[in-house]
Amino acid sequence: MYDIKALYEAKSVENAIELMKEHPEAKIIAGGSDVLIKIREGKMAGCELVSIYGLDELRGVSMAEDGTLRIGSLTSFSHITKDPLIKKYIGVLGEAVDMVGGPQIRAIGTIGGNTCNGVTSADSASTLLAWDAIVELNGPEGVRTLPLEEFYLGPGKVDLKSAELQTALLIPKESYENCAGFYIKYGMRNAMEIATTGCSVNVRLSSDKKTLERLRIGFGVAGPVPRRARKTEEEFKGASLEAGLPEKIGDAVLKDVEPRDSWRASKDMRLHLCSTMTERAFIEAVSRCGGEIPEKA
Amino acid sequence: MSEKQYKLVTCKINGKERSAMVDVRASLTDMLRNDYSLTSVKKGCEVGECGACAVIIDGECYNSCIYLAIWADGKEIETLEGLTGENGELNDIQQAFVDETAIQCGFCSPGFIMEAESILRTGEIYTDEELRKLLSGHLCRCTGYDNILRAVKKAMNERNGKK
Repeated sequence: MYDIKALYEAKSVENAIELMKEHPEAKIIAGGSDVLIKIREGKMAGCELVSIYGLDELRGVSMAEDGTLRIGSLTSFSHITKDPLIKKYIGVLGEAVDMVGGPQIRAIGTIGGNTCNGVTSADSASTLLAWDAIVELNGPEGVRTLPLEEFYLGPGKVDLKSAELQTALLIPKESYENCAGFYIKYGMRNAMEIATTGCSVNVRLSSDKKTLERLRIGFGVAGPVPRRARKTEEEFKGASLEAGLPEKIGDAVLKDVEPRDSWRASKDMRLHLCSTMTERAFIEAVSRCGGEIPEKA
Repeated sequence: MSEKQYKLVTCKINGKERSAMVDVRASLTDMLRNDYSLTSVKKGCEVGECGACAVIIDGECYNSCIYLAIWADGKEIETLEGLTGENGELNDIQQAFVDETAIQCGFCSPGFIMEAESILRTGEIYTDEELRKLLSGHLCRCTGYDNILRAVKKAMNERNGKK
C-alpha cells in the first residue's frame, strides 16, 4: 500500500484540469516511477494524486501536416524507442531514452514526466533541448506552447501554472530536417543509473558535406537544469569540417557549462566529461549526417 | 479524507477474467498477492529497482510494485503462475533455468522468467550483449548472472529451432 490520501482518476484532459482545480494540493501522477518512489521514501507521503495514466489520447507519436513531430506526453520510453517516426526522423531521441533506468522502467516512464520533474539528469532532456523541442501545455486558460528551454525554471521547477498539464512535446520540421545527432550518457554503470553527465549533439551540414550549417549541443547535469551550449553553437556556425574541429568545439563548450561538485562526481570531472563527450558526440553526429572530418596531417 | 477509497478493477489475469474491489492505494503487487494469491510476484525493493515483482501487462514487462492496481483495469496481466501447465509442468524457460542452475535462492527467478518470456516472444535472436541489456532491470544476489544468461539463451535458441 502506498501512503496516498486520495486519488482522482482523470477521464480526459479537460477532466484532469477540472480535478486539479478542485484539488489544488493534488499532484499529477503519470507513469509513477518518480511519484510512487517519493511516496515510498516519505517525501510525498500522504499526498493527493490526480492520475492521468489512463489518458490514452496522450500516448503515441504522430506527424502534423506541416511536418511537426508530436510526441504525446504519456508516451513511454520503450514506445518512443520503437516508434517508426522517431527512428526515421530523430533516432537519437529513441537511443537516448533507451538509456533510462532498465527495461521495466522504460515501459512505465513517460517523456512528459521526464521533462515535468525538472531534473537536470533526465536522459530525454538534453536531446529534446538540442532539437529545440516545444512544450504543449493545457490548462484552465486553454492551450499554450513554449520552448522547452524556457519551460525549465530551476532544479525541480518547471513552468507549469496551477491546474496545468503537459500534453505533448513538439519538434518542428525545420528542427529535424537534414539533421543527425548523437547522445552520450556517462554513468558509473550501464543500467539503472542516473547520468553523471549527458551530452547530445546534432548537426546539419551543407549539401557538399564540407561546412557545418548548424550545430546544437544539449547537456544534462552541466548546470542546475538541462542547458544548451549557445555560445559554442554560434561560434562554430558555418565552420568548415577540418582536422582539429571536434577538439576546438570540445574546448569551447567549457564556457557554456557550469557543473558543480556532487557526490556522483566532482566539478572537474564533469568539465572534462562535457568537453570529451561533446567532441565524441560531434564526430558521430557529423558521420551520421554523411560528413567526414579529415585526419590531422 | 479519512474513509478508504476503493475501485472495482476488472482485468484478465493469466487468461481468466477477474474482478475485485481494490484499495486505490494498492500497488499491482499488493493486488496480485493479496486478492489473487499469486505469490510468484515477489516483494523485493518495492521501488522499481530489483525486478522481483515483474509481470507482463499487455505484452510488456513492468515492475508491478510501482504500478498502481487501479491502472490494471481492462488490462491483460500474466504472472509466472500463468506460464506453468495445468499440472504444474514447467515451461521451456523455467526448465532451462533448472537445467542451467540459474536458480539459487529463487527470489529473483519469477521476475527474470517473466522478463525472459516477454523477450523471447519477440521471436528475435539476440546477442549476449543485447540479452544482458534486456535483462538488466533485474537483480540477482546469488548466481552472478552467468547461468541466468545461459538459461535465457538456451530457451531462446530452442524456441528458434537452433541448438
